[in-house]
Amino acid sequence: MLEEMESEIAEWRSFVEQDPAVDHRDVEELEDHLRAQIADLTSSGLAPDEAFIVAVRRIGKLDELSREFAHEHGGRLWRQLVASPDGEQRESASRWVETFVFAFAAAISVQIARLVAGLPGQESLWLLRNAGLLVLPFLAGYFLRRRGLSSRQVLLTAIPFVVSAVVINLYPFGEGAATELLVAAHLPVALWFVVAYPYMGGVVRSHERRMDFVRFTGEWFIYYVLIALGGGVLMALTVLILEPTGASVDRIAEWVLPSGAAGAVVVAAWLVEAKQRVVENMAPVLTMLFTPLFAVMLAAAAVVYILTGLGAAFDRELLGIFDALLVVVLGLVLYGISARDPSTRAGWADRIQLVAVVGALVLDVLVLGAMVTRIGDLGFTPNRTAALGLNVLLLGSLAGTAWLSTQFITGRGSFHRLERWQTGYLPVFAVWAAAVVIILPPLFAFT
Amino acid sequence: MQIDKDLVAASATPLVLAILDDGESYGYAILKRVRELSDGELEWTDGMLYPLLHRLHRLGYVTTEWRTPPQGRRRKYYAITRDGQTALAEHQRQWVTVARALGDVWGRSDLLPFALGRA
Repeated sequence: MLEEMESEIAEWRSFVEQDPAVDHRDVEELEDHLRAQIADLTSSGLAPDEAFIVAVRRIGKLDELSREFAHEHGGRLWRQLVASPDGEQRESASRWVETFVFAFAAAISVQIARLVAGLPGQESLWLLRNAGLLVLPFLAGYFLRRRGLSSRQVLLTAIPFVVSAVVINLYPFGEGAATELLVAAHLPVALWFVVAYPYMGGVVRSHERRMDFVRFTGEWFIYYVLIALGGGVLMALTVLILEPTGASVDRIAEWVLPSGAAGAVVVAAWLVEAKQRVVENMAPVLTMLFTPLFAVMLAAAAVVYILTGLGAAFDRELLGIFDALLVVVLGLVLYGISARDPSTRAGWADRIQLVAVVGALVLDVLVLGAMVTRIGDLGFTPNRTAALGLNVLLLGSLAGTAWLSTQFITGRGSFHRLERWQTGYLPVFAVWAAAVVIILPPLFAFT
Repeated sequence: MQIDKDLVAASATPLVLAILDDGESYGYAILKRVRELSDGELEWTDGMLYPLLHRLHRLGYVTTEWRTPPQGRRRKYYAITRDGQTALAEHQRQWVTVARALGDVWGRSDLLPFALGRA
């Protein structure tokens, strides 16, 4: 009798385990509940098999339970948010066409822009400055369609694109203006945050949706790199094969490369939306792998720069490199936080991440010190202003992360606060990127 | 009497927090306590308790710990935190206000002990 009961419980358990929203510790907890209930029921006189049936029924229908778990643990299956499986299949065919249309449109738009840029009388940086505007509207459009947003929301999404297109093309940038390069670098970032609006289905205040967008960004980046690697191999082989035929290889590369890069933006987004399962286990693993390596590197760099007093001698090039490094670290930390299961307690991975954050914080302070000295000696330039602003933002974000992460590890704060801090800080970056695009050029008279 | 689903859902968080305020506990024991307190009138689907507990944990209202008693299976215990107690106090204020308003409008005295007793 007892054996029969055990095998029934095991069967129930394996059935529950199949649910992606319920992880193995939850199953263990539910099983404990089931056993306690069965014990109570049998002691009040029910036969074991009856007790089992009653206990299972009391736990509830699995699909309802699964929905509740999915709701609470959105991160475990943020991909589907429990769409019914048969509906998903019917949709996937049309989704393919939809993705292709948007990717194709992005590719075409880049080519048209290239032709326009080739016309005589166009400035050389026009194409670079507009790069984000040529591609990201199609990504936004893709999400507008997928999420089925209202026409008011479509309009709201379109406004920033139109405004930035008008602004950056009307600004009279001087020849070789630094502000123009800054616009080219910051506009895609600002527009990426605009894409967040349709991605989140118009609900920008939701902490969970913002975290989803962070996850999306991380996964999208990985897919994009994979596509770029594959595309690179394809291009290299094509060139090698066509070279003996005397075909004009440069022309092909000139046409295929920009279009491929533009189309891949939408295709990567579609892959993240549709096929997360494959990479889902890869992205957190990559973060786990690289966070310790970056932690070691940052800690060593911080110590070396402090001990040797090299920090004061930062030159312009080194400052740029350090800025890039800090942005990468912040991205890594942010992605690591979004990929972490918030219900587990602080472990070694959190401590290593704290080391990375503190190392980055020290370096950021050094960089800021060097920067303030430079500005004191040589005055403000567009580049120095943009770099200073970025470093101050990074300092704020890293300091908050370090503080809340310490609180969490020492058991005085919840992981939830750390997550909230990250998602709450995101608009700050968006506003800064937009400010560099819109306010900085007139401030420095378009030089 | 069947208690309305929305009401069950709304009362779940304060109930669980209040039970944990009396001392740490685990899922099945919490559920049993809910049944006792409501004389079996509050019917929960047992499984739904766990997503709720996990939410409270995410919000930092409870801490969790897996422990294995000398003879027995591993079990997950929940204990209330200071944040959780603050949240519970806030819930109490809201419920008292609601109960008082209902008591006033119905002119009945049997809601008042609840309203006054916990105020």
